[in-house]
Amino acid sequence: MVDRIGEVIEASTGEFMAQCYELHQPPPFGSLVMTKEGEVEIYGVVSGATTTSIEPGRRPIARGSEEADEEGIYRSSPQLAKLLRTEFSALVVGHRENERLHHYLPPRPARIHSFVYLCDTDVVALFSQSLDFLSILVSAQGQADELVAASLRHAAAAHKAPRDFLVKAGKDLAVLLGGETNRLNTILRRIRG
Amino acid sequence: METLHNHGERRLGIVASGSLTKGVEVRLDGGISVEDIAVGRYVTVEGEKRRFFGMITDVALDAIDPRLMTMPPDVSDPFIAEVITGTSTFGRLHVLPALTIGGDALSLLEGPQPVKTVPAHFSTVREASEQDVERVFGQVEEKQFYIGTPLDMETKVRLDPEKLVMRSSGVFGKTGTGKTFLARLILIGIIQEGAAVNLVFDMHNEYGWEGTSEEGRKVKALKQLFPSKVAVFTLDEENARRRKVSTDFVVEIGYDEVEPDDIAMLHETLGLTDAAVQATYRLARRFGERNWLESFLAIEGREELNELAQSLGEHEATLAALRRRLEMLRRLRFLVPHASENAIQRILESLDRGIHVVLEFGRYGDDIASYILVANLLTRRIHERYRERVERAKGEDVARPRPLVITIEEAHKFLNPDISGQTIFGTIAREMRKYNVTLLVIDQRPSGIDDEVMSQLGTKITCLLDDERDIDSVLAGVSGKSELKSVLAKLDSKQQALIFGHAVPMPVVVRTREYGSPQSYKEFGFREALERKKKAEEEAKDLWG
Repeated sequence: MVDRIGEVIEASTGEFMAQCYELHQPPPFGSLVMTKEGEVEIYGVVSGATTTSIEPGRRPIARGSEEADEEGIYRSSPQLAKLLRTEFSALVVGHRENERLHHYLPPRPARIHSFVYLCDTDVVALFSQSLDFLSILVSAQGQADELVAASLRHAAAAHKAPRDFLVKAGKDLAVLLGGETNRLNTILRRIRG
Repeated sequence: METLHNHGERRLGIVASGSLTKGVEVRLDGGISVEDIAVGRYVTVEGEKRRFFGMITDVALDAIDPRLMTMPPDVSDPFIAEVITGTSTFGRLHVLPALTIGGDALSLLEGPQPVKTVPAHFSTVREASEQDVERVFGQVEEKQFYIGTPLDMETKVRLDPEKLVMRSSGVFGKTGTGKTFLARLILIGIIQEGAAVNLVFDMHNEYGWEGTSEEGRKVKALKQLFPSKVAVFTLDEENARRRKVSTDFVVEIGYDEVEPDDIAMLHETLGLTDAAVQATYRLARRFGERNWLESFLAIEGREELNELAQSLGEHEATLAALRRRLEMLRRLRFLVPHASENAIQRILESLDRGIHVVLEFGRYGDDIASYILVANLLTRRIHERYRERVERAKGEDVARPRPLVITIEEAHKFLNPDISGQTIFGTIAREMRKYNVTLLVIDQRPSGIDDEVMSQLGTKITCLLDDERDIDSVLAGVSGKSELKSVLAKLDSKQQALIFGHAVPMPVVVRTREYGSPQSYKEFGFREALERKKKAEEEAKDLWG
């Protein structure tokens, strides 16, 4: 049903950071992930991913000058996979408590080491029936417009009528971004498909 | 209560703001295009406790962000266009609520009531259903008169002739918008329901026998439709004969019937100075009320005229000018030294029997002086008789005379501010139905009519007007004036009219009913000769077995 992809390594009410089990395999930008805090399921939209050295301050060095292809680097230095890690951050957009979906922040943040799952299309379709979470995304720090567009593209793919879904979402955005025509245009251009 | 509400009609939007005096603003739903909306259409507003019935008086475009106007989004992309429509950009309607209808059992019994408040915020606005319109304007029974249908609807709008004739009314519109057509329709309504008797001063011979439609087609007029109820009088027998119209009476007016007051009315058209008008009164005193005109016109020589001027204490030039101007009266064939038959008496007799009189002016219709002279002269005498009779009816136990409606065209010539105080038409308009006489005025320049008279008109029926002053004058004193203004200015130039006032529950834009086809005649109760004969035979058969 859902794919377990990582573990929470940093959490706050509005955001959590997780480390992926597989190097270079973070969930796609804008996709919906889920973690748990006791009985409460916490949903987040993937807002970014990074792959870094596990030791801060120790940067990887280029090793491929003698290798025929990129994969060869990892073959000849198998320890590399252990020295590097891929992390992703997710913006909390809702939770499920007592079988009910809420499109607002949960009472408590996720626990460290909670498992993180990638939601399948059924869950995405269910969750995105209400677009109330858009207001959280549009006010996100950083690349909010990219994030909104990416999450909508993802959600649309889970719906039977993607275009209708996008039009509805677009209309919600038009209201949310009433005074910000430029941002609205930017997002609309990214989701028109 | 839900069953009373018709939710089948298209939802248009929600009430966003408004006031009782100015009407409410409605935000259009995203799916509704402003291009599907037209001013003059009816809507209902589902308030919390009542349903409101109103008219769309304006349509506007709006946007959440003014920057959208300067930096339009990429609407060539259908997706973006679809998103933007109804959200960032949306339509706005201005609705003037006029009545409340059927909110609860009591209001259903009472029927539509004038609004005293506005619907609450975000009340749903829908297109009015045929039933709603019917509830407001009343059901039209088979033999009842209706004037037309609201825009884009099939419901018949009743114009109650009884209410119409209670007060004077006016038909306005610029040339070529169908004033005559409408007026003829209204006259038919009055005849059809017997609400009053008509006296029509028919300037261009359009009401009596036949008229011409906008397309130049001949249409049956009153006499053909109601042969036994209408008499055609004429001032110009020759012209009537040429048009192959059989007339019932040829009106002649004797010089002895023309009073100085009648001449005073003509001061503008004939270009008479005040001094000249005054002189006519002196002449009447000198020669007598009945002889002055004949005697004065008989004076030929210059010396004789000077002598007369001296003895009257008038300036010679004044009298000479008056003489010259009055000379035109001699050219009028219907003016004779002594009329062989009293036209006023004949008209009154007809009216008393319930016969409607159409007075055709023949070729004199183009001569505004003749029109004013005759209409004024006859009306004054007839009104006098009516007044006497009404006063007598008050004192004694006799019936009041039938209500009389006098139709005049080019009304501003009779009712302009300079003379409306003096003319009989001004008096009739002002005194309302005190003496059972009211006016139906037809005019293309309502701004030329005295404001006081305009304000006394109970029902106004107006086709397209585009002069600002004319519009202002027609709408003076009407609530929601500025809103109706936009409706009035946007009427089609044909077959559309705005009606408001006494005879209708609320202002209504109608597409006037079809007139000129055999079917339309039938609706007025007209039967072809063959049919009439058949019916008579049937009746005879019923009677004799």
